[in-house]
Amino acid sequence: MTAITVNGIERKLQVDPATPLLWVLREQLELTGTKFGCGMAQCGACTVHVNGAAIRSCVTPLAAVAGQQITTIEGLAPSADKPHPLQKAWIDEQVPQCGYCQSGQLMSAAALLATNASPSDGDINDAMSGNICRCGMYGRIRKAIKSAAGVQQFDPALAALAKEINHG
Amino acid sequence: MGKWTRRAFISAGVIAGGGLIVGVAIRPGKRTAELSKHVAGDGETLLHTWLKLDTNNVVTAIIPHAEMGQGAGTALAQMLADELDADWDLVKFEEAPALGGFANYPMGEAILLAGAEFPNFVLPTVEGALIRTAQALDLQITGGSLSVRTTGAYGMRVAGAAVKEMLKAAAAAAWKVPIDQISAKDSQLFHEASGRIQPFSFFAEAAGQMTPPVSPTLKAVDEFKIMGRHVERHDLPSKVDGTALFALDVRLPDMLYATVNRAPTFGGGIANIDEARTRTIEGVIDVVKLPSVEVSSMFGGFTYAESVAVVAKGYWSAKQGMDALSIEWRNTANDGISSDTIFAQFDQDISSAFEREADVVRGDVATAMVNADKVIEADYRVPFLAHTCMEPLNATAMVTNGHCEVWVGCQSPLSFRRSVADALGFDIENVTLHNCFMGGGFGRKSRPDYAIQAAQLAASLGRPVQLIWTREEDVRQDFYRPAVQSRFRAALSSNGDITAWENTYVDKHEPYEAPLIPYSIGAQDIGHVRSPTHIPFGAWRSVSHSQQGFFTESFIDEVAVAAGQDPYQYRVERLQHLPRELAVLKKAAKEAQWHIPLAAGRGRGISLQSSFGSVVAEVVEVTVNNGNLSVDRVVAVIDAGFAISPDGMRAQIESGIIYGLSAAVHGEITIKNGAVAESNFHDYPSVRMSEAPLIETHIINSGEPMGGAGEPGTPPIASALTNAIYNATGERIRQLPIKNAGFNV
Repeated sequence: MTAITVNGIERKLQVDPATPLLWVLREQLELTGTKFGCGMAQCGACTVHVNGAAIRSCVTPLAAVAGQQITTIEGLAPSADKPHPLQKAWIDEQVPQCGYCQSGQLMSAAALLATNASPSDGDINDAMSGNICRCGMYGRIRKAIKSAAGVQQFDPALAALAKEINHG
Repeated sequence: MGKWTRRAFISAGVIAGGGLIVGVAIRPGKRTAELSKHVAGDGETLLHTWLKLDTNNVVTAIIPHAEMGQGAGTALAQMLADELDADWDLVKFEEAPALGGFANYPMGEAILLAGAEFPNFVLPTVEGALIRTAQALDLQITGGSLSVRTTGAYGMRVAGAAVKEMLKAAAAAAWKVPIDQISAKDSQLFHEASGRIQPFSFFAEAAGQMTPPVSPTLKAVDEFKIMGRHVERHDLPSKVDGTALFALDVRLPDMLYATVNRAPTFGGGIANIDEARTRTIEGVIDVVKLPSVEVSSMFGGFTYAESVAVVAKGYWSAKQGMDALSIEWRNTANDGISSDTIFAQFDQDISSAFEREADVVRGDVATAMVNADKVIEADYRVPFLAHTCMEPLNATAMVTNGHCEVWVGCQSPLSFRRSVADALGFDIENVTLHNCFMGGGFGRKSRPDYAIQAAQLAASLGRPVQLIWTREEDVRQDFYRPAVQSRFRAALSSNGDITAWENTYVDKHEPYEAPLIPYSIGAQDIGHVRSPTHIPFGAWRSVSHSQQGFFTESFIDEVAVAAGQDPYQYRVERLQHLPRELAVLKKAAKEAQWHIPLAAGRGRGISLQSSFGSVVAEVVEVTVNNGNLSVDRVVAVIDAGFAISPDGMRAQIESGIIYGLSAAVHGEITIKNGAVAESNFHDYPSVRMSEAPLIETHIINSGEPMGGAGEPGTPPIASALTNAIYNATGERIRQLPIKNAGFNV
């Protein structure tokens, strides 16, 4: 018997403790918002929070998170009628295409903003480069993170100009 | 009640509760045996688009395309709602069920014509030809960047306009006023002189009794209210809170989980299985050998090799059980084949030019070569590529009392349904297919092998089974973008003019026009030789355009450089006969500030490619510093005629660019011992956040016939990038991926 707390609710599980957390969430707890993408911590689709930090649940055995606080995409919004600021920004910027990676993207972004209220482009690269989006919506994800954080947006035309000036 | 028009059959009827339902069918003509399977009786037609108007004044557009991220549903609903003059807030849409009524007939026409636009008077001929082609097809396909320009243009708009005319006629009759005094706006009908107003739904029942108009009047562009406007996609709220239902998320009572393995060497099979260790693993229920299945499809017949599945109480147990399985694969004739032997074969077949077939012959290439001041030669190569959709292949099936239900995300629900029925030996009526959101498609999910395997397992176990492929199986059992070699020769005169273009590549794939060039070059000889391999191939985002766009737009760049001229200007001078292409290219150069020189170590490259009815130019800017390559910025311009959903179109172009960039920089499927060497994202990488360039997309609404958006962003990116690298470094990359050329990305 392993006990974990998921989205604020304590769960006691009769599962092989070597089972990756991803499959416990999806099969035993039927929280299917967290996705399977690679099984080897390469794509980030399975990202959830353990005590607020982003981890890849596909390579994290249940035993490793016994007694810990886990948050999944289903628990990201503060309440049912109040989305997380990132969820709102994701809609405003029309981020998702197929949407399959977006639970993981949002969980990685939320962990970033929880410890860094105004991330730089470098901070966003570091926090988000573990999450693949095969639809390629990186520009929109970057914009939505900055918008949720209230960080100044990067204007591509100005950026190009700045680069010219720096190099020229 | 219905009526034939020249190209369509519009039918109308009343649904329970007094709502209205309207269908638009594209004329099926002579019914073939294959089509008859979907259309039972003479009175039935191939309904292509449905519109429902219910008693709450809500319009539902029923859309025969699957959602794989492209947002087609939203754009199609915009087209219907605009012609109807509906209130956008009262418009819903749902995906059509996998029933023959939704066979995608206009798409068949467009496929047949390889995306060519055609005038109305040709339609009867086209239909005649299509019916012959359609004998082997099940046409409810999402692909070919066709949803908006076929279903939208020929179905949704016609349905919306027809319904509006019927509602107006019903109001005119009820109010006893001439129909031209009735106007429609925001899902309401008005008679201005008397001040009467009623919602559409008030007249739905009366309209449903009417004979639909023969040819409803469509709006001119300047009358568009919803088309061309930014609207939010309907499917996104569920994609940010985890509630969107992908096939992987289906949960059925008593469901088991499974994973599969097929012989890694294509053409191979199972010699022996030792399942003793697997049987000891906690949770494992069964080890099942699944027989090979032959399936006919629009890509021709294909035999899916036998596979072995481990079924368990959970996916993790199934995976552990598979890892513990000892499988001996049969030896095959393909065991000695590698990427090296395949490219050596390509090289030899191009050199021998055995049974070379021409795509285009114009002018006298041989004489031009003899008279040339300079002849430029180059060989280009691209490797096989996998699709790696974010969602690994999976399907869930349940078989009870001779009926099979399948939950799957797929691009071709009708052909999947048929394939599952054939594999189980069921009548098609005894298969129900639930198409879920697709976590990516890119062409892979037009192949039904994974749905068949799930159905075979459910039939074998007598319980619902969710089959989940490992990522490793997904990478190693794909239908790959074909590897291609392409050889060029160009003749240059003393003033740098190109007088002849000669090109031979291996293996012709769709679409036909992919290797053709837009430039005015007097002598051209473009052709192909056959050089088949044992590697299964299939549609990969933009099909042949992604390889041919790299080849032709790299080589014209080489020619310009050899002529000592600016690659942009060189193209401009040879596009004077194509104003649409010229306008796109010029806008890309302007927006990218082509005329401003870059600092040392930086470079700019340009590429132009027309595909799927759209014209796209891209300019890439790179920085190369001690072999470290940074792709800084991409400026893209698309002319797709008219952008129904401008933000959706921009998103598609961004997506196509990143997808093509992953392929250009990293993408390589290597063949060793007849099998794929790569297995997961660590050795088959994708572009990540830190590598992604800034992308600016500019849209030209030229008013030309509508083109696609899902694919045309991909073809120009590889050549724009390698042209930029040449501009920065003087190094010409003729073989992809770029990582093999010694650049760190």
